[in-house]
Amino acid sequence: MTDITTNLKTESHGIEVRGVNKDFGDFHALRDVDLIVPDGSMTALLGPSGSGKSTLLRTIAGLETPSTGQVLIGGEDQAKKPVRTRNVGFVFQHYAAFKHMSVFDNIAFGLKVRKWKKDKVKARVDELIDLVQLTGLGRRYPSQLSGGQRQRMALARALAVEPSVLLLDEPFGALDAKVRKDLRTWLRRLHDEVHVTTIFVTHDQEEAMDIAEQIVVMNEGQIEQTGSATDLYDRPANEFVMGFVGEVNSLGGKLVRPHDTEILPEPAPGTVEVEIDRVVRLGFSGRVEMLTVPDKKEVWAQLTRSELETLDLESGATAHVRPRPDAVTKDDTGALEDAFREESPATRRPIPAEPGLPV
Amino acid sequence: MSGERGLTRYGLRFVALFYLAALLLLPIGVALVKTFDDGIGEVIDQITEPDAIHALKMSLLTVIIAVPLNTIFGIAAAHVIVRSDMRFKWLIGAVIDMPFAVSPVVIGLSLILVYGTGGWFGADLAAQGIQVIFSTPGIVIAVIFVSLPFVAREVIPVMQEIGTDQETAAETLGASAWQTFYKITLPAIRWGVTYGIVLTTARALGEFGAVTVVSGNISGETQTLPLYVSKQFETFNSVGAYSASLVLAILALGTLLFMNLLRRRED
Repeated sequence: MTDITTNLKTESHGIEVRGVNKDFGDFHALRDVDLIVPDGSMTALLGPSGSGKSTLLRTIAGLETPSTGQVLIGGEDQAKKPVRTRNVGFVFQHYAAFKHMSVFDNIAFGLKVRKWKKDKVKARVDELIDLVQLTGLGRRYPSQLSGGQRQRMALARALAVEPSVLLLDEPFGALDAKVRKDLRTWLRRLHDEVHVTTIFVTHDQEEAMDIAEQIVVMNEGQIEQTGSATDLYDRPANEFVMGFVGEVNSLGGKLVRPHDTEILPEPAPGTVEVEIDRVVRLGFSGRVEMLTVPDKKEVWAQLTRSELETLDLESGATAHVRPRPDAVTKDDTGALEDAFREESPATRRPIPAEPGLPV
Repeated sequence: MSGERGLTRYGLRFVALFYLAALLLLPIGVALVKTFDDGIGEVIDQITEPDAIHALKMSLLTVIIAVPLNTIFGIAAAHVIVRSDMRFKWLIGAVIDMPFAVSPVVIGLSLILVYGTGGWFGADLAAQGIQVIFSTPGIVIAVIFVSLPFVAREVIPVMQEIGTDQETAAETLGASAWQTFYKITLPAIRWGVTYGIVLTTARALGEFGAVTVVSGNISGETQTLPLYVSKQFETFNSVGAYSASLVLAILALGTLLFMNLLRRRED
C-alpha cells in the first residue's frame, strides 16, 4: 500500500481565510472569519447546525462567494477563480455519486474532463481503487455499494485530480456509528500517506478530536476558538467551547467538567446541595448521577473506583458538590443552552455510557 | 375485516378495469374489427391512396420538426425553472402550461390573428413569399404550440429530485458548464426526457383542433392524418377513416414500444 501511495503525493497548499463575511439576505452566515490551515494538516470545523461551518467550507471551495474578505490557497487569492479551476477536492455528505457511471468512471471523471490519455487514466484510477480499498469493484455501480464504499469512491474521485486541498462536508454524517468510526480512522491513515491539506466539517466533537490536528469551533457564524483537542479541552476560550467540546455540568452558575466535580459528604465553601439519584459502576471508573436541591437540575460526576468506595454513596442520600480546586470552569450565562436548543436531534450529544476522556 | 378489505380491493379493481374497458378498449377494439370488415386488401388500398399517403407524410413532417424543437426547449426551460435563480421564472412555468389550459381551436384562431393575411406579420411574410396560414408552416407552428409543455413538465420534477450535488461535484472536478450538463445532468434526467418525447410525439401526431383551423384542411395539400380521418368519415368512407386511424395508432404504439425497448436494453 505504501508503494502505491508514493506516486499519489500531490502538491499540497495551505489555506488562509481573511476577514470573510457571508450574508444571505438578512442572515449573517459568516462573521469576520479569520483562519489559517497549515499546509498538509488536517483541520476540523466543529459546531452545531447553523453555525456556519458548511458555509465556510463551501466558501473555501468557491461554491459560495464571500460578501467581503479573501480566501487564499497556497498564498494565491481565489476571488477570481471559479470552482472548476480551483483544484479543490470536495466530498459531500450524501456522496454525490454519479449514479449512471461505474465506480471506475466516477473516479475517472475529473481525469477525462482534463483530457488525460486513456491508458494513463486507467493506471491512475486502478491505483486509486486500490488505495481506497475498492479493488475488484471498479465495474460496479454506486447503487451496488454500501454507504461506506460509496464515500470511499467519492474520496478517490476527489483525490484523482491531485487537488491542492481536500474539503469534506460532514463526510461520515450519513453512515451508521460503526462504519463512521472505521472510516474516520481510515481517513486519518490515508491523510498520513497522502498529506494533502484537509478540512472536514463535523458536528461530532469526538470525531473532530479523534482525527484532526487543529479544531475550529464555530457558533453563529463566528469562530469561537481554534486549537488542538487538548487546547480546547483544557483551555476553552469561553463557555460555548467548554460546553461543546467535552461534557459539562452547570453548578451554581459555573460550568464544570464531570471529572472536575467533587462530591463531599458535608457542606463546604462553594458547595451545592444535591440528592444522589443513581450510582453507576463501570469497571475502573464510575458515574454518580445527582439532582440539585431544590431545583432538580441534573448533575453528574465521574469518579475513580477508589473514590467511589471511599464516599460510599447510596441513592436518595444527600451530598454536596463543587468544582475541584484546580478545575477548569466558565461562568454559565445560559448561552450554551440557547445554542443547543436550536439544534436538530441528530446533533444533540447523548451522555456516553462510559464517559471517556479524550487524551 | 379481511372480507371487507377484500371487497374494497376487488371493488376498486373492477371499477378500474371496467372504466378502461368501456371507455378505451371497447371503442378501439370495435374500430379495429370494423376496419377489416371488407378484408385486408381494402385496408391496403385505402392507406395507399395518394391523399392518405400525403397526410401521413404531413403528419410525420410535423413530428420530425416539432418533437426535437420542443425537446430542446423543454429541457432548457426545465433547467431555467429548477436551477436558475431568475426572478420571474414562475412566469415561465405558467406560460409553459398555457397550451394545457387553452383550447386548441382558440390556439388555431390566435395563430391566424398573428400570421393570417390580416394578422400582425401575415402581410409582411406574404410580401416575402412566405405563406404560414393554410400552409405547412402554420401546421408545424400549431403542432409545436400544443405539444410544447410535455418535455418540460416531465423533466422538471426529475431535475428537482436529483438535486444539485452531482452537478456541483462535477464542477469541483473541473467540468465546464456544458460538460456538467452533457455528462451528468442529461443522463440523470434521461427517462424524464424520454417520457416527455413519447407524450410530445403522441400529441403532435394526434392534434386536430388547432391544425383544422390553421391548415384550411385541403386534401392532398394541408391535411394531416387526423384531418384525413375526419374527412373520410364525413364523406361516408368509413373503411378509409378506420384504416387511416389504424396507421395513427400503429405510429403511436411504435413510439411507445421503441422507448420501452431502449429502456429495457439499458437495464
